[in-house]
Amino acid sequence: MKDQLVLRIITKMILPFILMFGFYVQLHGEYSPGGGFQAGVIVATAFILYALIFGAKEALQVIPLSVMKILASVGVLLYGGTGVVALLMGGHFLEYSVLAGSQTSGQQLGIIIIELGIGITVCAVMLIIFFTFALRGQQNDGYN
Amino acid sequence: MDIISHIVDHYHAWMAIFLLSIGLYIMIVAGNLIKKLMGMSIFQTSVLLFYISVSKVKGGMAPILVSLETQDPNTQSILYTNPLPHVLMLTAIVVGVATLAVGLALIVRIKGAYGTVEEDIIIDIDNKEEEVNMEQSRKHVE
Amino acid sequence: MIDPADLLNFAHIALPFLLLSTALVIVMTRNLLAAAILLGIFSLLMAALYLTLDAPDVAITEAAVGAGVGTVLVLCTLIFVGTEDKGASYNLLIPLVVIIITGSALLYATVDMPSFGDPNSPAQSSELTQHYITKSAEEIGIPNIVTSVLASYRGFDTLGEAAVVFMAAVGVLLLLGGNLKEDEEAQNVNEQKKDKS
Repeated sequence: MKDQLVLRIITKMILPFILMFGFYVQLHGEYSPGGGFQAGVIVATAFILYALIFGAKEALQVIPLSVMKILASVGVLLYGGTGVVALLMGGHFLEYSVLAGSQTSGQQLGIIIIELGIGITVCAVMLIIFFTFALRGQQNDGYN
Repeated sequence: MDIISHIVDHYHAWMAIFLLSIGLYIMIVAGNLIKKLMGMSIFQTSVLLFYISVSKVKGGMAPILVSLETQDPNTQSILYTNPLPHVLMLTAIVVGVATLAVGLALIVRIKGAYGTVEEDIIIDIDNKEEEVNMEQSRKHVE
Repeated sequence: MIDPADLLNFAHIALPFLLLSTALVIVMTRNLLAAAILLGIFSLLMAALYLTLDAPDVAITEAAVGAGVGTVLVLCTLIFVGTEDKGASYNLLIPLVVIIITGSALLYATVDMPSFGDPNSPAQSSELTQHYITKSAEEIGIPNIVTSVLASYRGFDTLGEAAVVFMAAVGVLLLLGGNLKEDEEAQNVNEQKKDKS
């Protein structure tokens, strides 16, 4: 699809906005509808759009498959790690109140960290699934 | 008139049940495995619609607090829709797409192993293989 | 001018019928490519319906996941499989009867349900819901109740969900991940063997 001029130019113009919207949804998950899942999928959509227009090989040069696999594990570790840190600081597992000074600021800190972990994991997982399908398709019949 | 007013009162639930039966019908009847997965996706989405329709309150607003002050008399009288089904359905949507992804990966492998994704042809191939295996084991015994 | 309340009532009535007709066309079509695109349209209509039911979080997730990633994955699989559906080759009457019986039983069960939007139904007046709505501001202090329930009150469920999503990636990698293009040495070795034979 590289030859389609309109698609290529529009993609290049619109990709920064998709990424910025994804980060906005992630960081404003506490004040407006949003959160980790939505943001992870939106950021993954930006990469998938790039891969659809410019080819899977070029997209894999931006973010290789091994980095995606590491990121998927990092997200879940971040979530579990917050729970264990809460354990080490004297509370129950996943009790965020003990992470900071007062109860509400501890809860907000915990929520920010785990939403970040969820966003990273969901983005990496969607990209892993898409690129596994795409690479196998390339290998089979030389499509794209 | 009673049944019409009953339908109007519950029509989201009725729509969810119609979509559920359509999804179930596709899952039972379709010969192609991908069509079956599409039926499963419709089935899951209709169940989500049922839950979200249970949570709605007439005259309520989306579950985002207008202000954080609990002492403000204005906030005490605002009606919010129930946030608990929203949370459960968020999880259900993501798990549904995860199931769809693994199912589609299985279909790709089935296509590689059998050469087709039509259910009747796969069952035929399996039956023929079983017959061949039984013939061979009978010959070993003899 | 058009009153927004009338528009909302119209959306409440029109959207479920659009959903029903989209689902019926998915049943009847033989072309899998059309069915995949219609599934994306179905997800988008469902997201609009969630918005009219005051569920913005669920609407964003359904639109991004169902109409975005779900459609892309189905289209990626259609590359391998081909887009023709040969149709079922057996009698369609028995499944139809089974579905009608199941559907009627479920419809009969709606007689006991509270009516739509009732503020006094058991789901709304339960203690748990009241606790989440009234105490979320002072215990957690963020305006979005859905995020506070998801991340703090029901944190274990969300941990399980993150684990399930991760396992989906592991499953797909196990099924389809062998012999990917990144494994270049194996590819070169295979090509050399093909050239020799």
